[in-house]
Amino acid sequence: MSMTADPVAIFRTEANELLERIEQSLLDLSVRPDDMAILNDTFRSLHTLKGSGAMFGFDALAAFTHHCENAFDRIRKGEIPATEDLISVVLSAKDHMRALIEGTADLAHGQDLLKQLEREVAKASGAAAPAEKAADPRVTWRVRFRLPHNALVNGSNPLALLAEMRELGDVTVVADTSAIPPLDTIAPTECHLGWTVEIVTDKPRSAIEDVFIFVIDDMELSIEQVGGETAAPAADAAAPVAAAATENAAPQQRPAGEPAPANPTAATAAPAGESVRVPAERLDELMDRVGELVIAQSRLSQIAASSLDLNLRAVSEDIERLSNELRNTMMVLRMVPVGTLFGRFRRLVHDLSRETGKSISLTTEGEATEVDKTVVERLADPLVHLVRNAVDHGLETPEQRQAAGKSETGQVRLSARQAGGEVVISISDDGRGIDKNRVREKAESQGLIMPGAQMSEPEILQLIFQPGFSTAAQITNLSGRGVGMDVVKRTVEALRGSIDIKTNMGHGSDISLRIPLTLAIIDGLLVRVGNGRYVIPLSAVEECLELSVEEDLRSRGRSFLSVRDALVPFLRLREVFATGTEPDRYQKVVVVSTGSERVGLVVDQIIGDHQTVIKAMSKLHEDIAMFSGATILGDGSVALILDVPHLVAVGQSQEAQLRAAG
Amino acid sequence: MTPTQTQATSAPTSGEIEVLTFEMQDEIFALEATLVREILDMSPLTMVPGAPRYATAVINFRGKVIPLADLRISFGMKAEAATIESRIVVIETPIDGTPTLVGLLTDRVNEVTTLDLANSEPPPSIGMRWRPDYIRCLVKRNGQFVILPNLDNIFASPKRSAKPQLVTAA
Repeated sequence: MSMTADPVAIFRTEANELLERIEQSLLDLSVRPDDMAILNDTFRSLHTLKGSGAMFGFDALAAFTHHCENAFDRIRKGEIPATEDLISVVLSAKDHMRALIEGTADLAHGQDLLKQLEREVAKASGAAAPAEKAADPRVTWRVRFRLPHNALVNGSNPLALLAEMRELGDVTVVADTSAIPPLDTIAPTECHLGWTVEIVTDKPRSAIEDVFIFVIDDMELSIEQVGGETAAPAADAAAPVAAAATENAAPQQRPAGEPAPANPTAATAAPAGESVRVPAERLDELMDRVGELVIAQSRLSQIAASSLDLNLRAVSEDIERLSNELRNTMMVLRMVPVGTLFGRFRRLVHDLSRETGKSISLTTEGEATEVDKTVVERLADPLVHLVRNAVDHGLETPEQRQAAGKSETGQVRLSARQAGGEVVISISDDGRGIDKNRVREKAESQGLIMPGAQMSEPEILQLIFQPGFSTAAQITNLSGRGVGMDVVKRTVEALRGSIDIKTNMGHGSDISLRIPLTLAIIDGLLVRVGNGRYVIPLSAVEECLELSVEEDLRSRGRSFLSVRDALVPFLRLREVFATGTEPDRYQKVVVVSTGSERVGLVVDQIIGDHQTVIKAMSKLHEDIAMFSGATILGDGSVALILDVPHLVAVGQSQEAQLRAAG
Repeated sequence: MTPTQTQATSAPTSGEIEVLTFEMQDEIFALEATLVREILDMSPLTMVPGAPRYATAVINFRGKVIPLADLRISFGMKAEAATIESRIVVIETPIDGTPTLVGLLTDRVNEVTTLDLANSEPPPSIGMRWRPDYIRCLVKRNGQFVILPNLDNIFASPKRSAKPQLVTAA
């Protein structure tokens, strides 16, 4: 990746953050519509988005955002209340802004949104307290400003400022040419003009101040009212400007010693904390280096252990401790809080609630739980599907809920917690629960299971993840779209996780996704097959047995093993890998499973458990399905990691063939 | 397209290029020096069951797991056991568009030298033991031919490159 990032790409990243922030503030507002801190925050985010959008040539975005910003300006000045409808429109407008940035916007839709916005603003202003300024609200302001000499070099454009003022009302502009030096000394890149602008507008003083919001730090500016309350002296005008400046400026520009303003905006900004943006591939690179270091360190330990030099041993132990700490720190670097994932569900639930007419309250828990960044990215879509399902299929209508003696508002709970080496993310609702008999009927009618098959409750519930399974009768436009439950299951399994379902008829259901903390490291069982060493992911290992000589001989014809009265097909890895070596006298069987399917893997020796850093297979080897990756062992040699689902599938198909033949 | 890719696919046909020469079964091969990352002594190999015959193993290269290719197989030579002179030449070359580190097993590494492409000839279409598409050109130097292999064609495995063809044929 090149070091000089594309500025437009930087803008996109920033804009995405702003949009997310706007969304969160809007959702907060729908709960606390009078909170000034949130209002100000929303307004500021909109304003920044507009400003930087224009700077990077996203003019359509800037123009569109401008309208929303105006609406919020009026809200924060108390002219109109933040009604729920208004917030909803702005939320949709926010989506449109995103589309504008991505270049996928439908312009007609944008116009619609603006009309809606206008309507809602009008409605809201009608609803507001009778306008205090019932008389002609238009006031004449006289604005005098002069930019610093180097303003043009810094990219300020006085014409843009003038144009922006023209939007505020009727404008008379007079240029002040008094400071222009003689022609022979003039530097063409310097700005020597000053301007006096008279604006007749119904907008307040702050609207004019906002025009200068990006250049206010170095310029001369005075804003005074002409006629009417001319009493407001220039000094008075300067005060709010200065205040606005400090509010906008980065904290370090505050005079030293002055405590941070104790206003609520500072409080809302605080949780962001100090952070550095680092491309993920640099982290991966660092991870590789740390991996190398750990390997080099283990070689050093071996040398030190066989040496009598006490100093060498002491140093080696120090380095061992340091490199272990370094590795642990490294792991943490890739972790992000689940909260970033949960944030977007507030919006989803808000929308779902409006679409379905169900009253829903979403509670989230354990946002601070950290998982690997990749996990967060890949889980987003499956979780959306699960939440949609919970709302659409799980929760009843308010009437039904009342009839069932529940509160009208349905509860959807998203929670995350760490349990050992796993993160458990669960989605629960207090709706009607999953009807097991119905699932069973459906599965039977769709031919997924044999009628009357003996199945345990968890097995029946797992049926909803079958690719062909659909409860078509229930599907609405909400849950039929996007990913299906089978995709949810596949995504979770690709992350080496699993899904548990619990349900209680009439009281709701709970779906828990169990995902390993990090994708980069797994706990594995190190085994030897022939002369090669292989790693079996420990999470898939059920038990290890010895393959007795009798059993080995007896199973020549049929590769089956009886494990506590259950028949388990097994694969001789020596044969699968064509090692060409003689089997060890005491072979071992590692029974692995995915879901309810089990298969035994015959190996020559079980070496022990081993924590491994996973490396992907290269292009030349990536189409070998038996291996999911490779890892480097303590002695620097490479061991391959077995792909358990693939091996289980091979074993199961072997079993099916045998059944068909027998 | 990455710079390395351009180098490998649309290499110059005239002028001088700097190359690393190495031997396999008494034939001299050469690769652009810019492709070469490192030359290693033989290191422990890990066999990959089910891998294509010309790349049956992986090695640990500075904490990365990289495939080890044996071009002797690609050129139909006998793969003899490693000697004290055997070296692994680690190169970075695009495979299916992704820059990939690959170790090449060689019998001996000679030198870094310049080759004048004015003395080069395309591979003869007949009278050669090797697949002509595996050879970019032959360059005459000191009365001997130096072979510049076409890595793109060698690493486009028959399996992967055949797949789309099969689809169109069917």
